[in-house]
Amino acid sequence: MSDRVKVALYWCASCGGCEEAVVDLAEELIRLSNSLEIVFWPVAVDFKKSDVEAMPDSSIDISFINGGIRLTEHEEVVKLLRRKSKLVVAFGSCAHGGGVPGLANMYSRDEILRYAYIEAPTVINSEGALPKELSGGVGGELELPKVLKLLKPLDEVVDVDFYIPGCAPTPDVIKKSLETLLSGKLPPKGSVLGASSKSLCDECDLNKTKPEKILLKDIKRVHQVRLDLSKCYLSQGVICLGPVTRGGCGTLCVKGGMPCTGCFGPLDNVSDYGARALSFLASVIDYDDEVQAEKFIEEYIPDPVGWFYRYNLPKSLIKGRYQRQGGGVHG
Amino acid sequence: MSGGEFEPRIVVFACNWCSYAGIDLAGTSRIKYPHNVRIVKVMCSGRVHPEMVLKALEEGADGVLITGCHPGDCHYISGNYKAMRRYLLLKKLLGELGLSDRVRLEWVSASEGERWARVSSDFVEHIRKLGPLRLKEVMEGE
Ligand code: FES
Repeated sequence: MSDRVKVALYWCASCGGCEEAVVDLAEELIRLSNSLEIVFWPVAVDFKKSDVEAMPDSSIDISFINGGIRLTEHEEVVKLLRRKSKLVVAFGSCAHGGGVPGLANMYSRDEILRYAYIEAPTVINSEGALPKELSGGVGGELELPKVLKLLKPLDEVVDVDFYIPGCAPTPDVIKKSLETLLSGKLPPKGSVLGASSKSLCDECDLNKTKPEKILLKDIKRVHQVRLDLSKCYLSQGVICLGPVTRGGCGTLCVKGGMPCTGCFGPLDNVSDYGARALSFLASVIDYDDEVQAEKFIEEYIPDPVGWFYRYNLPKSLIKGRYQRQGGGVHG
Repeated sequence: MSGGEFEPRIVVFACNWCSYAGIDLAGTSRIKYPHNVRIVKVMCSGRVHPEMVLKALEEGADGVLITGCHPGDCHYISGNYKAMRRYLLLKKLLGELGLSDRVRLEWVSASEGERWARVSSDFVEHIRKLGPLRLKEVMEGE
């Protein structure tokens, strides 16, 4: 028993899909239980934070952490896990780049709380009560974690050894990552595990139908066109982010009739995924005239942040919407 | 920081063949232009990737000015059209991020020393009115 590799799994600001992805390993999980010992996994196993605190430092072999860092509680637990672990792996898009919850960086903390607790159409809160850090309850004082100003990717809070990409990582990517981690032959620190080092187009079956140069006079959304599933979607006027996105997912979305939206994140040495995606999209606009190009953008690209930074706004150079103190929008 | 003390820090990307030569001409003709500009020579405006602009803002620039040859005059034929399309999209992105009006694209030819002086002073005054950006401080503060 003691020669099994000790692992911890933890979730921060995420949807639960990454936990589901682990369960999706199915029979593989049973096979793996011969070599892995789970010492902490709040969603599935009944260990408490105090159990982790009681462990000697560096006694956990690998901690897999999914989700972005949104609360002081997340910061606290990931710092604890970092101290107790030999390796920390950012698991999935949210830990890697901030993920979909990272798009909340387009709003201030006050705007988010006000919407979620007061303004949302499904909420009845006539007194306008907002969560307080310290609330008096029936059983005494109740302390809630503080919401951070912005959601942060994991590596902004603790040192991260490796990344597993994907929203969520596919069973195949998880399996390959585990094989690498358990092999004892570790790649350089900071590597992205289980995926490809080439762009998604490189592994896409439709790549052979991709034209040398893609030039578009308009952009179509998937619901506006009957996609020919045997032809590169870009050649049909549908924006696929395959050219700027890391491969390794097996082109699952493309096979399912959806273009790539970029969940595996950037290729190596790219500092800002969205800037790359933007550059690529600008290159397909088939207008040399400034007025026409502007009209194209106006009409077909209503939300550049949502398109280019869907999975990694917090990891981008700008990190979110720039707002000066007091919530006043600048610019 | 009061408005009077604020001196904008402007990063300028200037293409080697037209704009940099135009800026140089302003210098040799003793035409005054603001000292706020930090000029980075690039081979072509089409070489300016959006990352470079974002990085400049992140590292402390209050504004970024991209300059290139007039349409039709790019040394590499179409680099400035590429720059224009990227710029338009970047402008929209920055608007969404609350940073509109911090980045500008202007055409300056090798003979337009006067125009360079005007374009750069206009931009510096415009940024002066907007005030300091302090991106890192604002985004990373509590
Ligand atoms: S060389 Fe001046 S813009 Fe291309």
